[in-house]
Amino acid sequence: MTDTVDRVDESMLDHVVIRFAGDSGDGMQLTGDRFTSASALAGNDLATLPEFPAEIRAPQGTLAGVSAFQVHISDHDIHTPGDAPDVLVAMNPAALRSDLHRLRSGGTLILNDDAFDERNLEKAGYEADPRTDGSLDDYVVHRVAMTQLTLDATADLEVKKRDAERSKNFFALGLISWMYSRPTEPTLAWIQEKFGKLEAVVAANTAAFKAGHAFGETAEMFGSPFKVAAAPQRPGLYTNITGNTATAWGMVAAGQLANLPVFLGSYPITPASDILHELSRRKNFGVRTFQAEDEIAGVGAALGAAFGGSLAFTTTSGPGVALKGETIGLAVSIELPLVVIDVQRGGPSTGLPTKTEASDLMMAMYGRHGEAPLPIVAASTPADCFFAAIEASRLAIKYRTPVILLTDGYLANGSEPWLLPDIDSLPDISVPFLTEPNSIDANGEPRFLPYLRDPETLARPWAIPGTPGLEHRVGGIEKESETGNVNYEPGNHGLMTDLRQAKIDRITEDIPLIEIEGPGDAEVLIISWGSTRGAITSAADRLRADGLVVDTANLTHLHPFASNLGEILANRTHVFVPELNKGQLVRLLRAEFLVDAKPINKVQGTPFTAGELVDAIRTGLLENEVTA
Amino acid sequence: MTDVQLDPTKRGYWTSDQDVRWCPGCGDYGILAAMQFLHTDLEVKRENSVFVSGIGCAARFPYYMSTYGMHTIHGRSPAIATGLAMSRPDLDIWVVGGDGDMLSIGGNHLIHALRRNINMTILLFNNQIYGLTKGQYSPTSEIGKITKSTPMGSVDRPFNPISVALGASATFVARTHDLDRKHMIEVFRRAHEHKGAALVEIYQNCNVFNDGAYDSILKRDNRAEMMIDLEHGKPIRFGADDQRGVVIRDGKAMVVDVADVDEKELVVHNESVDDPALAFALGNLSNDNFTPTPFGVFRAIDAPEYGEAVNGQLLTANEEAGPGDLGSLLRSGATWIVE
Repeated sequence: MTDTVDRVDESMLDHVVIRFAGDSGDGMQLTGDRFTSASALAGNDLATLPEFPAEIRAPQGTLAGVSAFQVHISDHDIHTPGDAPDVLVAMNPAALRSDLHRLRSGGTLILNDDAFDERNLEKAGYEADPRTDGSLDDYVVHRVAMTQLTLDATADLEVKKRDAERSKNFFALGLISWMYSRPTEPTLAWIQEKFGKLEAVVAANTAAFKAGHAFGETAEMFGSPFKVAAAPQRPGLYTNITGNTATAWGMVAAGQLANLPVFLGSYPITPASDILHELSRRKNFGVRTFQAEDEIAGVGAALGAAFGGSLAFTTTSGPGVALKGETIGLAVSIELPLVVIDVQRGGPSTGLPTKTEASDLMMAMYGRHGEAPLPIVAASTPADCFFAAIEASRLAIKYRTPVILLTDGYLANGSEPWLLPDIDSLPDISVPFLTEPNSIDANGEPRFLPYLRDPETLARPWAIPGTPGLEHRVGGIEKESETGNVNYEPGNHGLMTDLRQAKIDRITEDIPLIEIEGPGDAEVLIISWGSTRGAITSAADRLRADGLVVDTANLTHLHPFASNLGEILANRTHVFVPELNKGQLVRLLRAEFLVDAKPINKVQGTPFTAGELVDAIRTGLLENEVTA
Repeated sequence: MTDVQLDPTKRGYWTSDQDVRWCPGCGDYGILAAMQFLHTDLEVKRENSVFVSGIGCAARFPYYMSTYGMHTIHGRSPAIATGLAMSRPDLDIWVVGGDGDMLSIGGNHLIHALRRNINMTILLFNNQIYGLTKGQYSPTSEIGKITKSTPMGSVDRPFNPISVALGASATFVARTHDLDRKHMIEVFRRAHEHKGAALVEIYQNCNVFNDGAYDSILKRDNRAEMMIDLEHGKPIRFGADDQRGVVIRDGKAMVVDVADVDEKELVVHNESVDDPALAFALGNLSNDNFTPTPFGVFRAIDAPEYGEAVNGQLLTANEEAGPGDLGSLLRSGATWIVE
């Protein structure tokens, strides 16, 4: 090193991954969310991973009750919530025990020292105190008496001890905010806004937050605060958005772009309920939400509303899709627009309600009796859920078909900064209702044929009740082509089956081509769909940094596929398809294109890390070479 | 088109061009005729009526009306009609199904449509048998019923559809039967006028799988002694010479000889009383086909209609927040500008 080289500011970090872990009642999701918002306002790029138990309040202090929120902030473009946290905040022994293995070696560990009493250690299953038995030697450990310091900070306030203790998450937030130079104003303003009506709570949370911040500054334990500079981002107006909110807003937008009233029939289910909550607040857009008696009624009501001329949605997760199957089949048969949104979670059965998985693709493809093809769209990032909801609606309306939109628990609850789109750039997805008879009968009289198809799209007319002269009956029994009358003839059934398939096949020509990231002719191609996109993008970047030439391609349309997919897959030495399932898209690709695509699978309720993918692809490349 | 197809006061106007495919002699023909005749003087527009059905013989009904119609899936018609009714309060919505469709596979949707009081008229064709699947016992079949699936007799305790509806807080509950067109028309008319969900149980004969199930009540010779006409505001009396009546003792309705009681003790029917106790008592007067059975309107009360409440909230939201603006929605969270 010579004097001419600029000294690197040691306090500057290009990125940091922080994980807040505590008891379900400790407010970790709130803490993580606040830290995320402050970071977003500071201009960082970010990605988040909330992880919480299915139980609302599992027994306090136990491993089952640990709730965590991981956030990755950086001064550059990132795609995942980070492989291994640099900092773990553990509010009790259970949080330490359940999450320590995630912390990178040499990482920073901040413990709420007050929670490490004998009882909590025992509940977490510790036989010896981990703080003193040497098991934390690989980490930089800071023991902070957060509970007591919070009590001290709130002593002068008229707050009961029990209530004051509950503010300790704000102490932790204050401390971390100081360590990473987060602005304090947004959080203080937010406390005021959120708890405004409860003066004592505002006072306690504010005092705890400020005390945590001051503790960082004065305790001389932490050195000087780190800084993560703003990431270079395209200019414009940003907001931080979760996948579920983006989905809900996409549904509202689709209604506006289609000039149709939005109807949502839904039944509460994790992790999809937040879409119902968000849409229920948007009644001034003419959005009708219906919390049905069950999943079947949710989709049924939606289909009834579609018959009446609404842009109809049902939102659910895997178990709900299983129940809705028969009604989705009816929608295929009566050819009405319907968007089914599946926020996938771990299965089978109740599975892992709060954890992510992408194992419903085969159900979306084939989970109905009979030949019942329908389009499938998948969102790949939290913000992409907005555009995916519009695209699913566009296809549903234009082709008068049910469409399944797949998101997942990770997208649903994860968030990212979103450059707000120009409203005028969004597509017009409206189609006219039929208002006049569409043919002439043998006597030269106008005649309405409910199953006379548009020659281009093969869609049948959408003629809604209230339109004179177009009275007609639809039903699940096979219909005669054109007239829609009940018809059991073999030839007609074959024809109608072919027409329903051909209609979906034609969508191939109406969807955007897949764009390759990479040189376009690399020997190695990695295919992503859904939330794997982020980890795959990061993994590909690392592989490229190591000198490997890699292409990646993300599939938004899973049925039918974009027309250039065959071409993209052809002439590759290695095709990898990482999926959070046991290999579903890879089977479709192998069947459709006869390519030797290799699965990379993970079914553990958590997203891929980029590191896992790098390892799996390296291993796969070696194996391929051995077999070749 | 023929003249009748252009004249809404003629039955033909309300008849679709599809061949009716119920078995010859089926009670459904009479119900269809009553519905078509009712429409000849309802003064509604054909394009504003929708018949929604599930699966079963009764569920073919929409194909035979010249209105809009949806023949859907088993049990789900009240749910599907709910979405239509919520989003299209301008429509006249009729829901048609049998005892299996409405009370077995669709029981959940029926009770929730009734408790919400959503604007639809539900016709429950009760023939106490599964017809379309060729003769299995239904949730209204009597104990001991011998069918293909119960060769030693059914051991299921049957539902009383009137009690189910009342238990679900239905605001309009009535019973009629397929042999009396005039009675059907009047009950359908009342149900149609009702604001909210109306349930009409129709005793309907399945002449193939359960022929004559109601003969003990509905045969001409039996009617006087077995049918009790409910008339709002009048003491409940029946029999060839009105010699029999209904009293309530210990909260239970029972049939008495008027000669044996003080006439003041006879129950005066009140369909509009808010408390459903009287309607329940009358509904439970008979739980088989061998006890005098009430027909007519058990209950008709005013209550808020669901769709109106839903759409009222849309109006309120619009007044309070102004019409939705997509740009404002996207900016409604914390935002920041990158220069």
